[in-house]
Amino acid sequence: MSLVKYESPIREPLVDGKKTYHDVTEDICRTIEAKPTRLWYIGFFISLALLMFGVYSVYREVVYGIGQWNVNRTINWGWDITNFVWWVGIGHAGTLISAILLLFRQGWRTGVNRAAEAMTIFAVMCAGQFPIFHMGRVWMAFFTLPYPNTRGPLWPNYNSPLLWDVFAISTYFTVSLLFWYSGLLPDLATVRDRAKTKFRKHFYGIAAYGWTGSTKHWQRHESLSLVLAGLSTPLVLSVHTIVSFDFATSVIPGWHTTIFPPYFVAGAIFSGFAMVQTLMLISRKVMNLQDYITLGHIEAMNKVIVLTGSIVGVAYLTELFMAWYSQVPYEQDIFFKYRIAGAYGWSYWLMMSCNVISPQLFWFRKLRRNVLFTFIMSIVVNVGMWFERFVIIVTSLYRDYLPSSWSIYYRPSIWEIGFYVGTFGLFFTCYFLFSKYFPVIAIAEIKHVLKTTGESYKDDMKPLDKKTTEEFYEETHHH
Amino acid sequence: MAVKKFVVGCFDDEKVLFPAVSKVRKAGYKIHDIYTPFPVHGLDHAMGLRETSLHTAGFIFGLTGTTTAVSFMTWSFTKDWPVNVGGKPNFALPAWIPITFELTVLMAAVGMVLTFCYLCQLAPFIKKHHFHARATDDLFVMVIECTAKTNEAEVKEFLNKVGASEVNTQIADDGWWVGRYDRNEKLYRDEQVIA
Repeated sequence: MSLVKYESPIREPLVDGKKTYHDVTEDICRTIEAKPTRLWYIGFFISLALLMFGVYSVYREVVYGIGQWNVNRTINWGWDITNFVWWVGIGHAGTLISAILLLFRQGWRTGVNRAAEAMTIFAVMCAGQFPIFHMGRVWMAFFTLPYPNTRGPLWPNYNSPLLWDVFAISTYFTVSLLFWYSGLLPDLATVRDRAKTKFRKHFYGIAAYGWTGSTKHWQRHESLSLVLAGLSTPLVLSVHTIVSFDFATSVIPGWHTTIFPPYFVAGAIFSGFAMVQTLMLISRKVMNLQDYITLGHIEAMNKVIVLTGSIVGVAYLTELFMAWYSQVPYEQDIFFKYRIAGAYGWSYWLMMSCNVISPQLFWFRKLRRNVLFTFIMSIVVNVGMWFERFVIIVTSLYRDYLPSSWSIYYRPSIWEIGFYVGTFGLFFTCYFLFSKYFPVIAIAEIKHVLKTTGESYKDDMKPLDKKTTEEFYEETHHH
Repeated sequence: MAVKKFVVGCFDDEKVLFPAVSKVRKAGYKIHDIYTPFPVHGLDHAMGLRETSLHTAGFIFGLTGTTTAVSFMTWSFTKDWPVNVGGKPNFALPAWIPITFELTVLMAAVGMVLTFCYLCQLAPFIKKHHFHARATDDLFVMVIECTAKTNEAEVKEFLNKVGASEVNTQIADDGWWVGRYDRNEKLYRDEQVIA
């Protein structure tokens, strides 16, 4: 029976340790039911402090105006839009993991999808702050919506990429939230039914919406997840495409290129996976989830990182080639005088080395499976991706068509930095609360794949050893 | 709210559950529902449930989004207040693709989730009777509804025979009510007969 018992040398189990269904519940609910650790409190309060600093920075911006930042008439986007694009990019991995990998039937997504989706939602929350406060008069932000107003009614310009952004980001946030929460319902019900304290019973009772686990409900739930995945797949690609349109539809040298949509989407997946790695490597260690987020999961994500990092690299080189090939003097000046050289040349080379050169080390299997190396790389990648947006925005703007409006060297003010730091505070405050009070791993989905991809699936193969091929054939082809 | 009598059989393994479902159905008992901790593929077919048409609802919601976006933008830009921006066309369909797409996705997703919640009767503060607390952990809980003609003892014995690890009778409400999970509303009586 060696044929039937064939064990794939490539596919390792997705769930290590011989787990039963109950073990899975126990392992994942343990942190929810235990008291928060000292480490959790420290992390949570640091995040909260950063958030408070951010709130104060934003307060200053709202009260005194954009002048609180060092952006000027030439570099009018500066750190603010850099941070926006950076956070939106990070917010792409969650939906990519849960939607695109669901459609591609990638079993390993079950270990990381729930936390990655949560990360997506928090990252999009952070991203949304930047364009809203960049408006200056933030209390007028609702002017972007097409509502019957007393000014005519005057409608927003549907032909403007900035308005597309409003629709794209808000749709993306809503759909991700619905996808995440509908997936959470069964797991919250698991926590509710195990709850011992009155508060927990009440809280998870509300949160789980009265989920019972009825077969008909599961059938609808499966249909819902599949269709939401199908909707989110083009959605996630459209969002960063539309963000890239903010640049690509303008006539600024260095922005006005057709390569932007695929280049931005690849970059978004690249930085999103890096952020998932950063969070997952800490979570699996602190919460003892090594059996669910295995080295196999980490390796799979590193493969995505090296692929998308290489796509981004090709895009950088294509941009340089096209600038030379186009023979447009403005385009050539931006790339060869002010981007790879000039006052901001250092940021270009930082971007190149972080995004293109260093991820190539992931071609080595040993490094892909090295936890410490992956952790360092995940941070390096996100530093690089921040500088990518900085390079695109600042180097294209600080020397424009009119030498009279060339800007001096741009340095952000403390309140500009404070705003960015504050979004870190928001992101990690949300993530700390999520990882403490919600199941970070999709319990039901792990149970669903447990018998086929868990380590215990090998036990099911044992009785087959004793059978002859004829017996096995009789049994399986009987019906 | 209809209070009914149910015979509840718990199974440890889906491998035991599947043959049990077909045996129970062959014997002519009415399966009220089976509660499982995760989606068990094929169980809906084994129980004879029809396919859900939730995805069709999603398609219709999506189409509504597309129509809303295109017609609203057309009306407001060509009829209500046509603005001349450098002589560009007011009816600029290619430039409207992003918003049309986003609204399609938004309406399909929101509509589907609301339909899902409505069909499954899911909302905050909704409380339902749970036949077994471990149905969301590791048990597959088969619930058989007793009619006037049902011989309760016979059903229990039958469930034991087909491999249920735990069998009992419960008188419960099969609907939902507004309530809290930290309070015992006493809308039903539990009758543990055979452990």
